[in-house]
Amino acid sequence: MKKVSQIQTLIIDGKEVGGKSDESILQVAKENDIFIPTLCYLEGLSDYGGCRMCIVEVKGMPRLVPACTTLIREGMEVTTNSEKIHNYRLSILALLFTERNHICSACVSNGHCELQTLALKLGLTHVEFPYIFPKMPVDATHDRFIADHNRCVLCGRCVRACHEVEGAHTKDIMGRGITSRVITDLKESWGSSKTCTSCGKCVHVCPTGALTEKGKSVAEMEKRRQFLPYLKLMRERR
Amino acid sequence: MNFEELHEIAKIENEKRAQFEYSINVCVAAGCMSCGSLELLTSFKKEIERRGIENWCKAKGVGCLGLCSAGPLVSVQRYDQKSEVIYKSVTLDNVHEIVDALTGEPVGRLACSKEMSFFKNQQKIVLENFGNIDPEKIEEYIAVGGYEPLYTVLREMSPANVIEQIVKSGLRGRGGGGYPTGLKWTTVMKASGNQKYIICNADEGDPGAFMDRSVLESDPHRVLEGMAIAGYAVGADKGFIYVRAEYPLAIRRLKKAITQAEQLGVLGRGIFNTPFNFDIKLRLGAGAFVCGEETALISSIEGSRGNPRPRPPYPAEYGLWGSPTLINNVETFANIPAIIRNGSAWFASIGTEKSKGTKVFALAGRINNTGLIEVPMGTTLREIVFNIGGGIPEGSKFKAVQTGGPSGGCITSDYLDTPADYESLTKLGSIMGSGGMIVMDDTSCMVDVAKFFVEFCMTESCGKCVPCRDGSAQMYHLLSKITSGEGNINDIHMLEKLSDLINNTSLCGLGMTMPNPVVSTMHFFKDEYLAHVHDKICPAGVCNMKRGGRK
Ligand SMILES: Cc1cc2nc3c(=O)[nH]c(=O)nc-3n(C[C@H](O)[C@H](O)[C@H](O)COP(=O)(O)O)c2cc1C
Ligand code: SF4
Ligand code: SF4
Repeated sequence: MKKVSQIQTLIIDGKEVGGKSDESILQVAKENDIFIPTLCYLEGLSDYGGCRMCIVEVKGMPRLVPACTTLIREGMEVTTNSEKIHNYRLSILALLFTERNHICSACVSNGHCELQTLALKLGLTHVEFPYIFPKMPVDATHDRFIADHNRCVLCGRCVRACHEVEGAHTKDIMGRGITSRVITDLKESWGSSKTCTSCGKCVHVCPTGALTEKGKSVAEMEKRRQFLPYLKLMRERR
Repeated sequence: MNFEELHEIAKIENEKRAQFEYSINVCVAAGCMSCGSLELLTSFKKEIERRGIENWCKAKGVGCLGLCSAGPLVSVQRYDQKSEVIYKSVTLDNVHEIVDALTGEPVGRLACSKEMSFFKNQQKIVLENFGNIDPEKIEEYIAVGGYEPLYTVLREMSPANVIEQIVKSGLRGRGGGGYPTGLKWTTVMKASGNQKYIICNADEGDPGAFMDRSVLESDPHRVLEGMAIAGYAVGADKGFIYVRAEYPLAIRRLKKAITQAEQLGVLGRGIFNTPFNFDIKLRLGAGAFVCGEETALISSIEGSRGNPRPRPPYPAEYGLWGSPTLINNVETFANIPAIIRNGSAWFASIGTEKSKGTKVFALAGRINNTGLIEVPMGTTLREIVFNIGGGIPEGSKFKAVQTGGPSGGCITSDYLDTPADYESLTKLGSIMGSGGMIVMDDTSCMVDVAKFFVEFCMTESCGKCVPCRDGSAQMYHLLSKITSGEGNINDIHMLEKLSDLINNTSLCGLGMTMPNPVVSTMHFFKDEYLAHVHDKICPAGVCNMKRGGRK
């Protein structure tokens, strides 16, 4: 028996909406112009559930759930932005800003950064935790790209794009906890990688100034992601 | 292999045993082995040979005898009278006198009293064969009725019958969460898919816990049998045991056990001449605590990085390589053969209303009898610590008992009469966890204890989600500040805020439960925290305070 997705109705922030049973809360919210902040999510890549920005309340569920990986159900009642959730999101953002160096004024992605945009949108005015700021390396060995680990938020988008879309699996994450880090191959320099096809997908999916193109000055690095939904659509049609 | 053959093996083995009037059982589990029990075993064997008494006395290695703090342990059994003497802290010099004493009075100086509450007040199901059978000989396991439950299941019961028994027994998962085992089995059985898997979680990463290791070292066949029964019940023909590489002895014994079981045909193809096939393979973990979390464990078996993923979908529906997968703890599987043999009603008669059966605990810390114990669920903490555990060493005072490791909390003397069952411990802000129990006296600083567990979680966090990865580092920073005399009251508020954040927003159980040790110590020992921040003193004298701190 082939599984057929059914149409289900639910309530998001008091608004009655409908979606298919294999869609997530986030997808349905997007279709209905309801904003849920995200960082590790990117349409066209597999869902990760790591950044915890998209947590929402579902009536009857004991815990907050990530909207990106929770499928809709008939009759579900979702609240995307209570005061409690908003404060949690602010704290999570603050934790990210204190984790590594995110001084925007000196960043090539200034003005085009998803972390920065989220902070502005959610109204993060200050951080309450001390800055950790570990000294992280910058890898500029590749001909065209730079990896600046000081700006990385470990969202794993580059890893997923490289593995799932390009099929190269050059990027991965090593280490644990606060010391984890994105690596090229088995922790080699990007320039000497034999698996990297230099397609630049990782650079363009990266939400911050961690992966950028060479030759860009402050605030010049704009990312182009249009290729992703397009590729996904073409592959689904095959 | 058929039933007659199984019985024949048991009969031969029992006759072999009966030839010997005395058996000298030397513990060869990791604890006693590390204090020289293998040499001891060899020495006993030589002594028996030297005296020419090998036709009525034999020496053999057996599994853990429980009282690990007093190792090496030796149990001398006399078959005809079914009597047993347990000797503690035995050295090579004692071999002579112990053999001398076989036919006479026991060596009083070395003998543990059988009346000792440590032995008397336990009830053994999972550990029933410990100290009795040689873990490296499948025949000895069969001689005590092993693999008979598997036979019964395959020849006389339908999968639905088996699951009904497990449901009725009330067994709950021993890996920490206490999820009803029967319900989990039902879900996997009902899940659609041609290929299903059984996984035994033997990752055991909590500091201070060694229950699962002991079971694998002392009675490995019990776990294999439990897994095979589960395989039949849910319709799986492949099983994996995910065991941490830091347990070399357990791994060796498991490998041996699997080979022996395959040779006898109780694992493999067409078990007991039925169409049921079941293979078990080992997978070694590289010692990451988070790989004990079921979705991370599955990812690790698949060959990927051991990162958890959001649930649902649960492994029962979407597990190993996307197939329905039953994942249970070592101790959970070890209960299965006994439930089949003695019936679900028997099992359900032990324990409390909601927590059935027994629980194995690893007693550690400031307590006289450290070691492995098994008691009915609902036994009070007082009974465990002061009676079975023999209380606190002379001259110091009980302060708290920590259960559930890095996900658990502390319980103070006011609550010692709490029964040890899932609900009661959770109500106190701790958890049953997998069974680690660390006893602390007044030389422990509770802020320091909280810091220890937070540091553990910080370094063991997989780093995938933000609250756990960064929140743990911030919490550790705050606790370091407080324990070095540089903290202030805001740091305590911040700890509370972070605890709430991490608990509510983390992806997996590691993060969700990580604040427990902090929340629990802040609840019961608030004055100690305040002494650190206001008076800049550590009441227990543990923390190295920079007096006055930096302003
Ligand atoms: C961080 C973390 C570590 C865990 N470690 C273990 C472990 O070492 N052994 C274990 O059996 N379960 C462990 N668990 C629980 C498993 O995820 C799972 O619930 C359990 O193996 C299910 O078996 P059970 O139902 O028999 O308890 C851990 C869970 C978490 C969140
Ligand atoms: S480099 Fe960019 S895309 Fe990759 S994990 Fe870091 S922030 Fe995410
Ligand atoms: S809670 Fe911790 S261990 Fe679990 S997924 Fe998040 S970072 Fe990893």
